Amino acid sequence: MSNASSPGVLTGSHYLDGDHACSEGAIAAGCRFAAGYPITPSTEVVERIAQRFPQVGGRFLQFEDELAASIALLGGAWGGAKALTVTSGPGFSLMMEHLGYAAITETPCVYVDVQRAGPSTGLPTQPAQGDMMQARFGSHGDYRIIALCPNSPQECFDLTVEAFNLAEEFRVPVLVMLDEVVGHMTEKVVIPSAERIPVTPRKFTKKTPGTFKLFEPAEGTLVPEMAMPGQGHRIHVTGLTHDERGYPAMTVAAQEKMQRRLFDKIVLNADRIVRWEEKHLDDAEVVVVSYGITSRIAEKAIQAARDQGVKVGSFRLITAWPFPEKQIIELSRKVKAFVVPELNMGQMMLEVERIAGGRCKTVGVPHVGGTVHNPEVILNAILEAVR
Amino acid sequence: MSAPVRENPVDKYLRKERMPSIWCPGCGIGTTVNCFTRALDASGFDLEKVAVVSGIGCTGRVAGYLKLDSFHTTHGRAIPFATGLKLARPDLNVVVYSGDGDLSAIGGNHLIHAARRNADLLVVCVNNFTYGMTGGQVTPTTPNPAIASTTPYGAYEQSFNLPHLVASCGGVFVARWTAYHVRQIAKTMGEALSKKGFRFIEIIAPCPTLYLRRNKLGEGLDEMKFYQEKSVVMNGADTREVGLDFRDEIPVGKFVDIERPTLEEAMEARLSKALGTKYVPYTSPGKA
Repeated sequence: MSNASSPGVLTGSHYLDGDHACSEGAIAAGCRFAAGYPITPSTEVVERIAQRFPQVGGRFLQFEDELAASIALLGGAWGGAKALTVTSGPGFSLMMEHLGYAAITETPCVYVDVQRAGPSTGLPTQPAQGDMMQARFGSHGDYRIIALCPNSPQECFDLTVEAFNLAEEFRVPVLVMLDEVVGHMTEKVVIPSAERIPVTPRKFTKKTPGTFKLFEPAEGTLVPEMAMPGQGHRIHVTGLTHDERGYPAMTVAAQEKMQRRLFDKIVLNADRIVRWEEKHLDDAEVVVVSYGITSRIAEKAIQAARDQGVKVGSFRLITAWPFPEKQIIELSRKVKAFVVPELNMGQMMLEVERIAGGRCKTVGVPHVGGTVHNPEVILNAILEAVR
Repeated sequence: MSAPVRENPVDKYLRKERMPSIWCPGCGIGTTVNCFTRALDASGFDLEKVAVVSGIGCTGRVAGYLKLDSFHTTHGRAIPFATGLKLARPDLNVVVYSGDGDLSAIGGNHLIHAARRNADLLVVCVNNFTYGMTGGQVTPTTPNPAIASTTPYGAYEQSFNLPHLVASCGGVFVARWTAYHVRQIAKTMGEALSKKGFRFIEIIAPCPTLYLRRNKLGEGLDEMKFYQEKSVVMNGADTREVGLDFRDEIPVGKFVDIERPTLEEAMEARLSKALGTKYVPYTSPGKA
């Protein structure tokens, strides 16, 4: 771990929306390559990048579509740059093949997904949390990614930095999943001085050409070191199942070895990745599990319930993927119910229910999107659940 | 006394541990790779600075056989991957090497936009008029009325004239040869490797297993004889005149060789003009 380098770090207090805070987070994290295709409500991220990059030594190009943007991202990343793309629901759908390619080729890169209501074109300028399962399962085959869910412009900055760091640490695509409200809300964002922003540099191997294997985990880890063209390693990268050299290997054994590690490097390191925020859990009989903008609506409902003497707590997902499984299991042993409000018809609710395993109730508070919950709906669900 | 074993001069460019290749006997792709390695050999380029990007399909496998930094990407997306790679690494000479289906069907949108923006890439398109790896389906270049597995009664759509498509979108170097023209291919590749901007070389190549067999056109060798007889060198030709009809003459040669600013040059020029001293040029991670 080192620190951000000062050029480009906009140290100070700013009044920023979530999308712009993501751009500043990316620049602070050392991102100097971005590829995009316009889609509401995410485009402000790259609009700011288009303005800022030429002043901090970065390169941005708007591509002809999301397919191009999402693989130019990977070309940039393999070139050795820290790379970003930005999209929203339908564009994210188009990027799915390359999310899988990024996963199998273990390409460190960051996708910012500012979610809107769907399916399909849905409600372009209005919020939802409709991509939660797409993020996890959208590309074919089995793979694991990391997804972070900020609930404020401040967290958009902080978690975008974090996303780049996790991408480097685990050689994995990392998603920063806003919703339209968080993307467009403007609040105070405090950007620390460069030396107070920890940045994970890319771990380029120091091994000599001929001895280095691009997909062989570094000693004592599940994550291989990186290389880039021009270092003499003559790397080969393919989306086919491959061996440690990166050569295609069409065997069950190679598939087992490769895919198991892609899985394990995230799943077995979940404790190092998973982040959450908890409130009032000590005496809680009911726990509201929420994320993104919904967590801020839920706070009102939780306060109202507490005012009525209901013992309700809050568990906010900061990483949606990997899911804080251990923590939810532990809570499920203590509480009567989970209440899961979200701006979809119940995506993460399914995960909570699965993990709770019948030890307590799980009550979804679905919402079609387009706007946020009325806190009263969540309050009623809490009151219902505690009965 | 046995003759001393001499190393083939192209061996050092190949990942020999991956041989034999998956390509069928009589296939033209390997021939083009041989030409490419000879072009590299003659060029004296620093091989550490040459990266190859392929899409999917038979020609898509080229990246995996070349002992260079190489990327076998997704179907149709070699060009945008390469554009990203080149923008991030202006110190590299980036070559896209793929087939007609990959580059002109699924990748058609990327092809025209990369030509329009004059992305600094050499694109080698091996055109065998069919999808080889998936079993010989029709492609945008299949001539009317050739038989393909998805046009069992003969193709009926107008086929792409790829040199014209690329030239009309702004490609600065456009050439076509057949797999018969090995010296010309190597020379043209060498020339194109040394040039900047969007460079496109189409190589007409035999697919004996699917295209030739299904159209009862004989073996790979028969096709080479056909190329020999039917090719007409038309250097500098108007690309509108170089379209291909089924079993008709094959116009070959270098059709376009012009100069205009590359994507990077245009980007740098605009940004430095607009921002003046505030402009901070990009530094390649390869420079560190």
